[in-house]
Amino acid sequence: MSGRIRISRLVRKELRQIFRDPRTKRIIFASPVIQLLAFGYAVNTDVRGTATFVQDHDRTAESRSLVESLTAAGYFRVAGASTRDRDLTEALDHGRAVIGLVIPAGFARDVQSGRPTSVQLLVDGTNSNTGTVAQGYASRTIAQWGVARGREVRAAAGAPVGASLTMPGDASLPGGVDLRVRAWFNPDLVSRVYNVPAVIGLIVLLMSMLLTSLGVVREREMGTLDQLLVSPLSAGELMLGKTLPVAGIAMAQLTLVTVVGLLWFQVPFRGDPVVLLAAAGVFILAGLSMGLIISTISSTQQEAFLGMFLVVFPVIILSGFLYPVDTMPYLFERLSLANPLRHFLEIVRAVFLKGAGFTDLWVQFATLTGMAAAGLLYATRRFARSMV
Amino acid sequence: MNRQELPGASIEVQDLTRRFGDFTAVDRVSFQVEEGEIFGFLGPNGAGKTTTIKMLTGLLRPTSGHGRVAGFRVPEESALIRSRIGYMSQRFSLYDDLTVDENIELFGGLYGVTGDRFDERRAWTLSMARLSDAADRPTGELPLGFKQRLALGCSMLHEPEVLFLDEPTSGVDPRARRRFWDLIHKLAEAGTTILVSTHYMEEAESCDRIALLNRGRLIAIDTPRNLRQAMPETIYRVRTPHAVAAVGRLARDPAVVDAALFGRDIHAVIEPGAESEVGEVLRRNGLPAEAASPISPSLEDVFVSCVRRAGGAVVG
Repeated sequence: MSGRIRISRLVRKELRQIFRDPRTKRIIFASPVIQLLAFGYAVNTDVRGTATFVQDHDRTAESRSLVESLTAAGYFRVAGASTRDRDLTEALDHGRAVIGLVIPAGFARDVQSGRPTSVQLLVDGTNSNTGTVAQGYASRTIAQWGVARGREVRAAAGAPVGASLTMPGDASLPGGVDLRVRAWFNPDLVSRVYNVPAVIGLIVLLMSMLLTSLGVVREREMGTLDQLLVSPLSAGELMLGKTLPVAGIAMAQLTLVTVVGLLWFQVPFRGDPVVLLAAAGVFILAGLSMGLIISTISSTQQEAFLGMFLVVFPVIILSGFLYPVDTMPYLFERLSLANPLRHFLEIVRAVFLKGAGFTDLWVQFATLTGMAAAGLLYATRRFARSMV
Repeated sequence: MNRQELPGASIEVQDLTRRFGDFTAVDRVSFQVEEGEIFGFLGPNGAGKTTTIKMLTGLLRPTSGHGRVAGFRVPEESALIRSRIGYMSQRFSLYDDLTVDENIELFGGLYGVTGDRFDERRAWTLSMARLSDAADRPTGELPLGFKQRLALGCSMLHEPEVLFLDEPTSGVDPRARRRFWDLIHKLAEAGTTILVSTHYMEEAESCDRIALLNRGRLIAIDTPRNLRQAMPETIYRVRTPHAVAAVGRLARDPAVVDAALFGRDIHAVIEPGAESEVGEVLRRNGLPAEAASPISPSLEDVFVSCVRRAGGAVVG
């Protein structure tokens, strides 16, 4: 009874302080907006309008048709054209083009006579992400053009002439197989659809860790923590009083980011909100316990910030937030299993994009719950011990 | 609960010790404080005052030794002790970003002071701190003297049996300090036991009893008056226009334990038993014999004398 009063007074005090401090307020309200904008607009791994430099030595309707096939879908745009090698090299060197397409002289003649011919594709590998994706799109488009053109030539000639278009390193697409790729859940492969839900995970994690650890450490720094510790407040009550407001704020931010994601960025939401909220609840507990653990090892807010940095970067990198977990080296892929953010992101993306429910995600839920429980238990013990 | 109703003793400490690694901050300290007594800890910084108070309030675990506060054992029953004590630390420790009222409300709630009793205690605190018209002001805007009285009020909301004040007036101007001590006397008259640490001598003077602490050891414990009387050396005030030149010579004289400048005068501590030779001492140091007159020692003199006899140097 009096324990409940103590906790509620502490919660009220926390909320008052959080909403009174302009710095904290900025962290709470500005950071979700900035991150949403950054990941909704700025971080773009989509291949759209990729700058392409064309070196057309053939200059025929045939070669122009090939270039048009690339630009037609909007994935590539011609950023420059010249027949001099130096211009192409310069364009790639200076970053004016990401892709260089070299069409040899005699290209049209070869195509029309059904002889195998080749074009060269140069890719700027310094931006490996865009480069790889662009290379994939370009090879596929060129191959499709070759197949279609070959068929037309054969039909026109009325004879089975084996026309095929090959590129170095990509001679694998046989003329007879028509590859039709369709991406499920995110048909246009828009990275925003993939990133915006993940921002939820990032914000919830950062907030619950940051506000918890700073909240405790600031009191230690100011000397007010001692005043609380000599009061009848128990360590558990103090912990609840410190973490409940943070959990509430994190939940509110999750809702805010979700709503903005749905309305502004038109991210699809195919799942059940209950599943998302349940996952968020468990995930917040994991974040709070990390914040508490950081607070027990830091005596100043600066130390707490440094502690956060140490934790946050590996957690983000090993989460699949920016780089897919599956392509990591074995050791790191295994390590990422210990990362709550990885499991939460899997849940969030599956709920948003696939409409997955508890039955599809029980492994992630169980793992996350286990982590939150273990983290909270450890944090509670550390916290209680650090108090006397 | 095995609360012992020892008549009188609000605080009992037996061989209380706290070590931090190799450093012994508090070394086998023992004392008792009676109910309603104002008990002072006097000593320089680093003498162990704060560490002792932290152990008694449950903020720090003793390395060894034990004690009782308000009848409960330290540290085993510190959960029971907490609701019976008030604590005010040397750093102002209310929330600057909350208003006066919000601070009172928070600590009232933490100590289970609610309803009519809360209203009454709130009014008492506001009038005691002279903040009745400033209840809505952010605490951070208040002058330090008001803050300290508010902090005292907040630590007294639940009317604790024992009040621990750790250098409560550090940084406060003399007038506010005097007002603060008036409050402490009132609380003690009403029956509150008060343990207060200080390094202001005039504050120590207004305690019922004081414990002198140096380097973690308790070197003397008694009323201020008894401590002064028990000082074996006699102190002479030496008046001379050449005080600055004379003080060094006096200090080197074998019959003089210590000589120091106090304003324009010299205070010279004469070796016990050598009082009759004061005239001779002065003459051989080029001063007229009638320049010296015995004075009553200050607590600072007592403190230095106690440290000297304990064979140590003063910390700080």
